[in-house]
Amino acid sequence: MTQYLLLRHREIPEISRLEVYRQHGGFEAFRKAVTEMTPDQVTEVVKASGLRGRGGAGFPTGLKWSFMDRKSWPHYVVANADESEPGTFKDREIMEGNPFQFLEGVAIASYAVGAQRAYIYLRGEYQHIARWLDEKIAEMETAGLLGERLFGTDYSLRIYTHLGAGAYICGEETALLESLEGKRGQPRVRPPFPPSVGLYGKPTVVNNVETLTNVPLIIQNGAEWYRSMGTSDAPGVKIFSLSGRVKRPGNYELPFGVTFRQLIYEYGGGVLDDRPIKAIMPAGASSSLLRADDRLLDTPLDYAALRPLGGDLGSASVIVIDDTVSIDWVIQKTLRFFKHESCGKCTPCREGTYWMKHLIDHIRANGKEEKQVQLLLDVARQIQGKCLCALGEFSTMAVVSGIERFGEDFR
Amino acid sequence: MTKMVTLSIDGIQVTVPEGTLVVDAARKAGINIPVFCYHPKMEPVGMCRMCLVEIGRPMIDRNTGQPILDENGQPKLQFLGKLETACTNTVSEGMVVLTQSEKARAGQKATVEFLLTSHPLDCPICDKGGECPLQDLTMAYGPTQSRFLYEDKIHLAKHVPLGELIYLDRERCILCARCIRFQSKIAGDAVLTFDERGRSSQIITSSEPPFDSVFSGNTTDICPVGALTTADFRFGARPWELKAAASICSQCPVGCNIVYNTRREARSDGRIVIKRVLPRQNEEVNDLWICDKGRFAYHYIESPSRLSAPRVAGQPASWKQALEKASQALRTWQKKAILASGRLSNEDLYALKRFAEKMGVPAYLYTSMGGGEWVRRYGLRAGSDLGHLGAGDAILVVASDLYEEAPIWYLRVKQAAERGVTLILANPRFTRLERFAHYTMRYAYGDEGELIGRLNADAKIAQALREARNLVIFFGSEGMGLEQTEALAADCAQLLTETGHVGRSDNGLVGIWPRANDQGAWEMGFEPAPDLQALFEEVDVLYIVAADPVGDGLVRPNGRKPFLIVQDILENETVRQADVVLVACAYTEREGTFTSGERRVQRFYPAVPHWGECKADFAITALLAERFGLSLEAHSAARAFQDLAAAVETFQGLDYAALSEVRSQWPPTGRAEYPFSGTAQPNAQGMGKTLAAVAEASSAVPQPKVPREAPRVRPEEGTLLLVPITRLFDAGSLVSPSSLLRERIGQRRVILHPNAGFEQGAQVLLEWEGHQVEVTVALDENVPAGVGLVPRSMGIPLQQPARGHLHTPERVR
Repeated sequence: MTQYLLLRHREIPEISRLEVYRQHGGFEAFRKAVTEMTPDQVTEVVKASGLRGRGGAGFPTGLKWSFMDRKSWPHYVVANADESEPGTFKDREIMEGNPFQFLEGVAIASYAVGAQRAYIYLRGEYQHIARWLDEKIAEMETAGLLGERLFGTDYSLRIYTHLGAGAYICGEETALLESLEGKRGQPRVRPPFPPSVGLYGKPTVVNNVETLTNVPLIIQNGAEWYRSMGTSDAPGVKIFSLSGRVKRPGNYELPFGVTFRQLIYEYGGGVLDDRPIKAIMPAGASSSLLRADDRLLDTPLDYAALRPLGGDLGSASVIVIDDTVSIDWVIQKTLRFFKHESCGKCTPCREGTYWMKHLIDHIRANGKEEKQVQLLLDVARQIQGKCLCALGEFSTMAVVSGIERFGEDFR
Repeated sequence: MTKMVTLSIDGIQVTVPEGTLVVDAARKAGINIPVFCYHPKMEPVGMCRMCLVEIGRPMIDRNTGQPILDENGQPKLQFLGKLETACTNTVSEGMVVLTQSEKARAGQKATVEFLLTSHPLDCPICDKGGECPLQDLTMAYGPTQSRFLYEDKIHLAKHVPLGELIYLDRERCILCARCIRFQSKIAGDAVLTFDERGRSSQIITSSEPPFDSVFSGNTTDICPVGALTTADFRFGARPWELKAAASICSQCPVGCNIVYNTRREARSDGRIVIKRVLPRQNEEVNDLWICDKGRFAYHYIESPSRLSAPRVAGQPASWKQALEKASQALRTWQKKAILASGRLSNEDLYALKRFAEKMGVPAYLYTSMGGGEWVRRYGLRAGSDLGHLGAGDAILVVASDLYEEAPIWYLRVKQAAERGVTLILANPRFTRLERFAHYTMRYAYGDEGELIGRLNADAKIAQALREARNLVIFFGSEGMGLEQTEALAADCAQLLTETGHVGRSDNGLVGIWPRANDQGAWEMGFEPAPDLQALFEEVDVLYIVAADPVGDGLVRPNGRKPFLIVQDILENETVRQADVVLVACAYTEREGTFTSGERRVQRFYPAVPHWGECKADFAITALLAERFGLSLEAHSAARAFQDLAAAVETFQGLDYAALSEVRSQWPPTGRAEYPFSGTAQPNAQGMGKTLAAVAEASSAVPQPKVPREAPRVRPEEGTLLLVPITRLFDAGSLVSPSSLLRERIGQRRVILHPNAGFEQGAQVLLEWEGHQVEVTVALDENVPAGVGLVPRSMGIPLQQPARGHLHTPERVR
């Protein structure tokens, strides 16, 4: 990779200054969209680019935009900057380093779906970033890039930041919307999905920060250009948040199709103490544990490729586990997290995470009794497929895959 | 016309309107899908995951829009990989629902097992035990053994007061949010919420005072476990020990259908006593709800001050002696009158009316609110139901704080507004109902005479009234006495006539009366006594039934006292002054009917045995009448009602059988019918009948006896305009014996604007027209300047608006 598309501040340190960003073509895409393209054309370009949601689900972004209910107005755009998945730290770097490209993405998305209000929902711990973005938004307003009748057209847009209060669940889009409305952050029943009934009951697009940051480049350079990178399943680039037992943890912006072996050894500098890799969690704490064999390490990564191997790429928050780490310890860590973060709305997650947490504590404290291990597995399976939102399901991923695939650690 | 959808549930074909939830469709097919968080009166939230079922939907060919068929010509079904909640999914054509498949049963079992991991299983000491959905569903769907380690159970506080009426047991709570949703969505008092998250979630009250709602008791009915219990009933009895008697609430003119649960118990000296009051379903009156006054204020029935034997000259006497003494007085003296209140049943009032006619004496209604003649003529007529009203209709509420005066009407009107009815409110101060009103008109206390004219003068309001397909007007007595309310009733009737809302059902005037059966008295032709003091001074014998004019301060003790025949249930000041005391039964000890403000006649049934030597009021009157050669029914309430229906125009054609009819209601209620919707009781004993109306569209509106411009008391510089208002919890004889309500009743007070120059809680002397009463100051910024609100039935005998003064006692001394 010679050139960054998203983490451009690594090459252009001053890109967070408006004039520098503009010197490098900043806001030309937004101007082009508003002055030269219809909203539907913008959506079509994004659709054609094959851009998929970077928050974890990988849903085609343009398709999501096209679902907005045109019989119900106003429309809203919400940027999901709640980044709370353990092992995920990519959105933070984008917003801190390259804020205008992200904000431009928000603006283009808003234009595409006819929203005149956009909200950036940040996790509570990102208070400094919220203040930083507020400054950037103010600069954009002063420069006439936000506000009334932009670029001499009828289009007007305002962007606001909003801080969460420290709940993992608020990364779930409907819980995020509840929280944004000033209510208790708990997921809603879906359907209806936000493009039909979202913020304040109105059609809303909720996109991840990284997803939106791709958009200006796509509008500027075209769908074909974007498709030329990555794989056919997942065109473009992805920021991999690499952590765990690696020598150089951090964010790595790479095209889809890169392999774990490249990521960990070429970019991450290899495993600490050069130990063998035992397992990989490709999507943070909500990942399945993947056994790190050659097939896994050499699979070109995109959303489709990992499924046959029993995992999901998710937000690409790659946690590397070497042979010094016991899987029951990993499970205990994830369960502690999920028990703490369960919002309590639905029964299986609320009661199940509490139960699993107690079971793994017993197992780790009192020896790995087969009966207890089996019970833990049963409880996890009993949660699966019954929760109100995906986060409840996530709590079982490490448990089920860990016990099934790393049975030796439970004997 | 709603589109109908046919689907199959466990192999049963059922056709229901589009948009129906799967759980409701199943119920229509006779299948109970287990639920906890779902309640048929509330929007589903899909939280508890108890109603997990398998749902298959026909696969549709994207090109043709037609179902894809399999080799047998049957539509191919697509099942999601996972179970779905029956409470959040709506039906669709050709849907196949499996509620009992192995997979569905496993899901339901899993949910029960999860719920029980943090439930204390203290059924043996739990009030809900025996009528508990969690208990029932555990038996039906749960695992026989828990795999959860007992020592891992969370132990939480078990006696958390959410206000003084409702207790929370945090261990038992399964966090279904029914109570939270009831309070915010149905009651409109969002005073409960979740605190914390995950397994630490708990129900808390966010209001000050805590659980600030008059509907709080309903949360204990809909709680699917024993987490919410009333301070009144908790640890009081087991449900299976209780007997049930259908009744009608006696606390206000709404006429909520209720059930009295009773039990014979040792600690009540072996008597059969009332243990609790539950709502009884009547979707035309109170849905599944009752207010806290109706639920908790029944203790007067077992008050130690109940009269148990007749008295003559203050001494216990036999019935024979008492009746003899009374009839002797009635025979001896010339000037006589009868004074009775709307606490009595229709049968009682009819007997009194007949007796008065026989004797040739006036029969007066003891009330502070007039206008009944207009409600008799222009009230709601047969076939009316507030539930019928929708978009295009209008409701006008004038001079009333409906939330305080008739809470269930408040709920019904709020619901109507939410269904699209145009709600117009005219009141001198902000009230809770205003939050749901489309138009609000504020007027000054004293300007009630111009009120209807001012509504007509507002172009938007006048248009809304004129163009309403149906119009119902509720009028109250906020800030008014007898004469002003009568004038207002006539004005309202005039408005109904002018806007063309007379002569049809679902249109008319509703009086927000002070007592449960005032409407019955108006129908019978009772009239209010214009001046009680004068009456006391004029007549030689006064037969007072169910009224306490002396205790209420309406008759000054220094005046001349006639021979008093007093018939009542409780010891009071009037009883103490009586020459003869006749002991009546509480309405729970006998049969009878009440006529609600909506003119619905409803039956109540005996719940507990007679107290002491008491007799039903109509029977006592019949025994007296007998001595004057008038034969009235003295035994059977049914026959007494028949006589009444034959004689009173608007009651014609009604009998007890007709009043006992029930219509099928949605949602189905009751443990047998629908075991998971709560402890609201099914209605098998009658939904009542609405009376025929007198006025037709062409009738001329009768004019009030008092000239309309008559007593109008306006604020005046240097004085305080004192106006009577109604609050739900007062110190009336039917409320104050319930010690649980003491805090709600509060102190005798005058309510002032914060700028009036008095401190909250200050003790002051209230003076008006020769009266002096010591009161506590309460402040409320909704009170207009120069006005003092005086709650009724709190021991301040202010019947009419009056100019008065407040003094701090020091200055007086």
